[in-house]
Amino acid sequence: MSITPENPADLSRRTVLRRAAAVGLLATPAAGLLSGCVSGGDDEPTEQAAGEKSAENPLGVKEDAPLEVVIFNGGLGTKYATDVHVPSYKKKFPKAEVKFSQAEEIATVLQPRFTSNTPPDMVNNAGSKLMDQGALVQAGQVQDLTELFDAPSLDNPGTKVKDTLIPGTVEQGTFNGKPYVLNYAFTVFGLWYDSALFEKNGWTAPKTWADFTALCDKIKAAGITPYSYAGANAAYYQYLVILTSAAKIGGPDVLKNIDNLEDGAWQAEPVKQAAAAWAEIGAKYGNKAHLGLKHTEVQLQQNQGKVAFYPSGSWLENEQAKDTPPGFKYAVMPVPSVTTSDKLPQTAIYAAAGEMYFVASKGKNPRGGMEYLRHMLSKEGAKGFTELTKVLTVVKGAVDGLEISPGLTSGNAMLSAAGSDYFAYRFDTWYKKLDDEARAATNELMFNGGTADKFCERMQKVADAVKKDSSIEKFKR
Amino acid sequence: MRHGRYPFIVGFLAVPVAIYVTFVIGPYAQAFYLATTNWRGVSANPKFIGLENFERLLSDDIFWKAVRHHGVLLLAMPLLTIVLALFFAFMLNVGGGSRGGVMTGVWGSRFYRVVFFFPQVLAVVIVGVIFSRVYAPDDSGLLNGALGLFGLDPVLFMANPDIALWSIIGVLVWQAVGFYVVLFSAGMASVPKDIYEAATIDGAGRSAMFFRITLPLLWDTLQVAWVYLGIAAFDAFAIVQVLSVDQGGPDGATTVLGMEIYRNAFSYSQFGYASAMGVALFFLTITFAALTLRVSRRDTIEL
Repeated sequence: MSITPENPADLSRRTVLRRAAAVGLLATPAAGLLSGCVSGGDDEPTEQAAGEKSAENPLGVKEDAPLEVVIFNGGLGTKYATDVHVPSYKKKFPKAEVKFSQAEEIATVLQPRFTSNTPPDMVNNAGSKLMDQGALVQAGQVQDLTELFDAPSLDNPGTKVKDTLIPGTVEQGTFNGKPYVLNYAFTVFGLWYDSALFEKNGWTAPKTWADFTALCDKIKAAGITPYSYAGANAAYYQYLVILTSAAKIGGPDVLKNIDNLEDGAWQAEPVKQAAAAWAEIGAKYGNKAHLGLKHTEVQLQQNQGKVAFYPSGSWLENEQAKDTPPGFKYAVMPVPSVTTSDKLPQTAIYAAAGEMYFVASKGKNPRGGMEYLRHMLSKEGAKGFTELTKVLTVVKGAVDGLEISPGLTSGNAMLSAAGSDYFAYRFDTWYKKLDDEARAATNELMFNGGTADKFCERMQKVADAVKKDSSIEKFKR
Repeated sequence: MRHGRYPFIVGFLAVPVAIYVTFVIGPYAQAFYLATTNWRGVSANPKFIGLENFERLLSDDIFWKAVRHHGVLLLAMPLLTIVLALFFAFMLNVGGGSRGGVMTGVWGSRFYRVVFFFPQVLAVVIVGVIFSRVYAPDDSGLLNGALGLFGLDPVLFMANPDIALWSIIGVLVWQAVGFYVVLFSAGMASVPKDIYEAATIDGAGRSAMFFRITLPLLWDTLQVAWVYLGIAAFDAFAIVQVLSVDQGGPDGATTVLGMEIYRNAFSYSQFGYASAMGVALFFLTITFAALTLRVSRRDTIEL
């Protein structure tokens, strides 16, 4: 009873072919890879370290419990953690071992650890490969930070942590009424330009739409692309600007409705007006080739004096530090008012706490994780961060007396001019799908002859689909 | 020594089969299971939702767009690659005419053979990065720089939705041709010399020789190439991910199922839905392979 082919000729070409096809099938990138990590771990809580609560130790940290911290290594680097925050924690708890590590792809490195319920204690969830924060909250993986914000601050036992922060910080990290995430860096957004170039040509930052287009005409005549952004990977800088205009026309509730997935929120008149105004800028003053460029390439062109206005956040100056020629002086202006009857003044800006830090609820030392955040939110912690990264933090008055660069000075001035008229949206982190659609719709609007109506219509369609999707948890603000 | 045979076979098979089941069959089975859940990739207990994911697939525009792109890829890529590879292989092996009774390639064919194979040696991601410079939309790009010398407007290879997919196909063909040149060369080398000789004596020109002799005798090899290329057309993920605007854009103009699976899984954290797409892709590929083998059945010419 033989089972091997006695006669090799049975192995015809056709059989070989069929087998080859089967092997080829297995090489398709089908879902096989996706499921590599579903079955590890269970829901049993791990043993969590806790110590005695006292005035000195309001969060009840166990003094010798090890703490694991993971920081995203991107534009901000990791020096602020290793040189400022970790030493600060170790100073307070000398017996604790702080295990620091960095990652460039947070999701790749950490997602499996969350799935198997062995997460690190404190995570800086950032970068292009960040984990879906909403999904983490939904899965109960994130520690409620109420206790941290109510604890006394490190500098002054009489003040609660939340009272040392710029208003809106706690809300920015709130999911369905509970604070889960600390957004640490404070970023202002606007249109960036080279004030040296503008001075040389006698151009001034425009305030109204008519001034803006008039100046763009002049810039165009001078052989410079008046306005541009990078379509290949940074379209969200542009939809941020469009929505900034919408909020200025119709008030911040326009954005609130969008975040809350209200019916027809994207088809509201202010959104349409803003989209129409920007579509004209794209068609008249943009450069179609920039749809194929990445943000660093367009930013470099601005440094080379080929692009006048560029929409971005206040990290821009630091990001471009290496490529900025000596004569180049970054400055930022608020998005000009589209109509004369805008609900918000011309000085109103998009500003938000960003750069997410959270504590894992199923880690070994969540109390230590919160304590680490308390050290980040101390005056020293925040000052050290700004010194090393040139980015403001959400801690009030932490940079008083610091020497800052022209871009930061300009951003700071814009923020103080805005007073309380600053706003932000959340839908991009809540619903990644809407973010992607907004990028595609914006590129169509600005580069490929899209219209405001089409823009609003397709955004509304996806927003409705997200609203109906039972697998996506909804958030409100 | 028949009695020792089973332990012997089992001893050899146990380890590879265990590895295969764990790392290939296991994940496949899990993907089918995940496709019926709403797993979001972070909890340890996915919830069963039946066929809801597949219902959503049916009304998902982007999914159908990706499927259509696979259709275009499936027609264009194998066709272009095979035609080019056949032409080059013929020129390299037979195109130089007969010399002393032996068919030779065109002048310098040994050198070309190596050059054709270069793209095959490069990792896909590197190819993507190289072509992002070749296709760059301004004067810094290789192609647009050349066009600029003639005073032509730059072509927006990746940014123009009408030509973006064709630009991607161009890269895929460029990369694949070398391998098939080698494959077809090997096939041609096995064609007996006397057939060519006889044809030459009968006064057959190069094209007659190609269509009447080379092509029919290469039929089997062509079939293998077609199946491989067809399966490759269901992939294309890496190039799209690295090269295209906005990962599959502009506006979904270059997206493929692999890209959408990746996006849904790792960016929207909808692993269940992504798995459903993976299952759909699995059936698409298997249908294609079965169809090709059936349609291309034809009697082999025995030599």
